[in-house]
Amino acid sequence: MNVFESVYEWLTNPDNWKTTLGIVGIPQRLAEHLDYSWPPVLIAVLLAIPLGALIGHTGRGGGVVVSAVNVFRALPELGLLVLLVLSMGLLLATSALTIVLVAVATPTVLAGTYAGVRNVDRAVVDAARGMGMREWEILLKVELPNALPLILGSLRAAALQVISTASIAAVVALGGLGRFVVDGFAFREYDQMAGGAVLIAVLAIAVELVLSGVQWLVVSPGLRKKNARGRSRVR
Amino acid sequence: MNWVSDHLDDLLAVSLDHLGLALLPVLAGLLISLPLGWVASRWRLARRILVPVTGILYAIPSLALFVMMPLLIGTQILDPVNVQAVLTIYTVSLLVRSIADTLDAVPESVLAAASALGYRPIGRFFAVELPLAVPVLIAGLRVAAVMNMSLVAVGQLIGVGGLGFFLIDGVQRGNYASIVSGIVAIVVLALVVDRLLALAGWSLTPWARTGKGARR
Repeated sequence: MNVFESVYEWLTNPDNWKTTLGIVGIPQRLAEHLDYSWPPVLIAVLLAIPLGALIGHTGRGGGVVVSAVNVFRALPELGLLVLLVLSMGLLLATSALTIVLVAVATPTVLAGTYAGVRNVDRAVVDAARGMGMREWEILLKVELPNALPLILGSLRAAALQVISTASIAAVVALGGLGRFVVDGFAFREYDQMAGGAVLIAVLAIAVELVLSGVQWLVVSPGLRKKNARGRSRVR
Repeated sequence: MNWVSDHLDDLLAVSLDHLGLALLPVLAGLLISLPLGWVASRWRLARRILVPVTGILYAIPSLALFVMMPLLIGTQILDPVNVQAVLTIYTVSLLVRSIADTLDAVPESVLAAASALGYRPIGRFFAVELPLAVPVLIAGLRVAAVMNMSLVAVGQLIGVGGLGFFLIDGVQRGNYASIVSGIVAIVVLALVVDRLLALAGWSLTPWARTGKGARR
């Protein structure tokens, strides 16, 4: 039996979809994975979008943001997680994971929001100012709608990073779909390990598709048209 | 602190190892993603295939890809090439979309001006479009380099992790000094590489410097 067949077999085996005594099935691992993932993304959005918008609008502290974002990105998630779990204790492992995932997601959204607001066409902003808009109106009605493609793009990237990083939760005895990968590796059960990887990839793709749909719905049609025209003009 | 001075030689040697594991994939990824990004910016169909496919590859957890690599490219489980291949894939997935986007974003007037000056498509790409893409390229490379620095550590779970050794070994022994040294070394190396790339970008785009004061 080749590897792909054994992975298919593992994924379609009904036993792996049931949670019984001592064995946790795929649906529950999926639920755990989602439970780990959505609060950090929400926290990152609440932290990063207002801050990024403010800095992008005023243009003050942009350099600091870029440096700070890079410092945070440089932090190895694995190291951060094991250090936090070791110092907070296994009982608080879920909180430690949440902190790590917030640290993963926030820089991405912050950088996207800052870049999005900063890169709005100056002529558009000046026109808005010339029409008598106040600064907060310019930010809310002009800069943020124009920056939406970049902001939502960064949100999608952050969600993918979080889902991907949440799979290392299994290293500190937490659940989630990463459990299958880590257990499969430990027991040399490659079907389970690769099956877990497939599940995480499918979850990430599903999230990516949903967020792309949301992006398509909320981004102004004017911006969509501009992009489409820009692309055809290149030819 | 005693632990650090006792293990300084180890830390330095493993740091070099770590740099090689993280940075060779950045170079390989750049060389692969430039043509891919160009193709994606040129043909909408190619973009519709390349961008989602590379995005999906990015979503697969590094640990799983590390261990699956031997099955895909026929290497040994403990071969460092596994880690480097995975990080190359991540670098490509990170760069292709931004290269395609930035090539798309070159203003039509600039392209028309270059064409009017007599540039053919290939010459125009290297003389006009690529230099204009340098800031975005550098930004992408910085993200990829920094990201790879921290992902190498995950490779320790299959025995090839550079400084990740000090993280996993530290957890197993409950040795904070080892974990903290590993984290600090990774962060410092990542920041140094990040600054060097930023410097390279600064020296490659003299026009961005002269225009800065007048832009806003």
